[in-house]
Amino acid sequence: MEIVVLIVIVAALALFLIATYNRLVTFRQRVKEAWADIDVQLKRRHDLIPNLVETVKGYATHESTVFQNVTQARAAAVAAGASASPQERAQAENMLTTALRSVFAVAENYPQLQAVQEFKDLSENLTATEDKIAFARRFYNGNVRDYNTALQTFPTNVLAGAFGFKSEEYFELADTGEREAPQVKF
Amino acid sequence: MATQPSPAHLSIYDAAAANRWRTLALIAVFTALIAILGYFVGEYFSPGGGVAVLPFALALAFGSSLVSYFAGDKLILAQTQARELAPNEEPQLHNVVETLAIGLGMPTPRLFLIEDSAPNAFATGRDPRHASVVVTRGLLDKMDRTELEGVIAHELSHVGNRDIRVMLLVTVLVGTVALLADWMWRSMFWGRGRRDRSGGNAIIMVVAIALAVLTPIIATLIQLAVSRQREYLADASGALLTRYPPGLASALRKIAADPEPLEVANKATAALYIANPLKDAPAFFDHLFDTHPPIEERIKRLEAM
Repeated sequence: MEIVVLIVIVAALALFLIATYNRLVTFRQRVKEAWADIDVQLKRRHDLIPNLVETVKGYATHESTVFQNVTQARAAAVAAGASASPQERAQAENMLTTALRSVFAVAENYPQLQAVQEFKDLSENLTATEDKIAFARRFYNGNVRDYNTALQTFPTNVLAGAFGFKSEEYFELADTGEREAPQVKF
Repeated sequence: MATQPSPAHLSIYDAAAANRWRTLALIAVFTALIAILGYFVGEYFSPGGGVAVLPFALALAFGSSLVSYFAGDKLILAQTQARELAPNEEPQLHNVVETLAIGLGMPTPRLFLIEDSAPNAFATGRDPRHASVVVTRGLLDKMDRTELEGVIAHELSHVGNRDIRVMLLVTVLVGTVALLADWMWRSMFWGRGRRDRSGGNAIIMVVAIALAVLTPIIATLIQLAVSRQREYLADASGALLTRYPPGLASALRKIAADPEPLEVANKATAALYIANPLKDAPAFFDHLFDTHPPIEERIKRLEAM
């Protein structure tokens, strides 16, 4: 009789361990997939920038520091993309965003440039990519939150350490903010 | 600020899990309905014949489930005469769909267009990897960007939480039940059931006739109840995805105000659309047969968010 009870208890414990482990793996996998989504969009942004710089350069010949800054910031962001943690990567991306902003500020001084189709396409593409980054970030952070919450709640927290699960970092962009609510017309 | 909760995707994982059970339960209920119907049809024609009919009824239920799971979306797309959009057509729509799909962490669904000026949209498929979003020309023409985002977010929520699979199966299974009941009516009317033996047979007869009347109605009621309930959830998770409920509210208002019915929609597919495409508002039966919750109620809930 005692043996049966013992077997039942051990079996229940084993089942619980397996379920917990699998749940954490699922959560961690979701975080990884979400991170891949961000990565794709960031790479796309990096790919668009050289063309933008070339196009603007053709019109704004006297603004070399601005172009140098953005080229450097892009190189740093690309380098960070290879290995850095989400936090370091976000930092590099924030620098790039600031540098990009000054490029667009310069571009505003050249009305002829505003009329160039290539410039229009590039800035539209960049805006769309920023939008996608914002959504990818939201999805990623939501998954990180779920995963971290699972790691920190009892009794999972006891097992998570033993299984070697570590909490993940949020991807925080400095000044993206949430999209402003656009005006609705009725 | 970046750590703010995003319950949209959370509820989508949860809703997807719940929908897996719902799908199984629906298949079970419909299989039972079809089996019972088949059994009594068999008994009606010859005592003891019910058991003989059972395998056929079950095979039909199983077969139509399989067909609807794997090919239902193709059937529906063909029926609505939707045309697939090339990647360079309607760039704004492509952009909105891609962006919002990223927000739900799922692949971009295929995009289809119905050339009809009535604004409406629906999603179909069996899972996010085999999903299609269909919009009408009227939707593209009449909605501004935030409204379009609201509508697309609603449809993508249906995709993400697997409502599309439930609706696909329900749509085809209801069709199967209706077909069976119809066929039974015809055979009862034209065929010669054995009425020489009274007693037990009379009861069987009454039950069979009652079933022939009731099963299609029950099946339809299940379909409509499932559909209505899913709309509120998709509205809510769609609004959470865009972070802008007024966009969808305004789109629904425009769709409701548009007087045109959608030509290619019919009773079988009406429940798939974001808002009732038939524009019929039967006062009869007091909303029991509505495919969608009242649009004013949906707008009210969106505005309360």
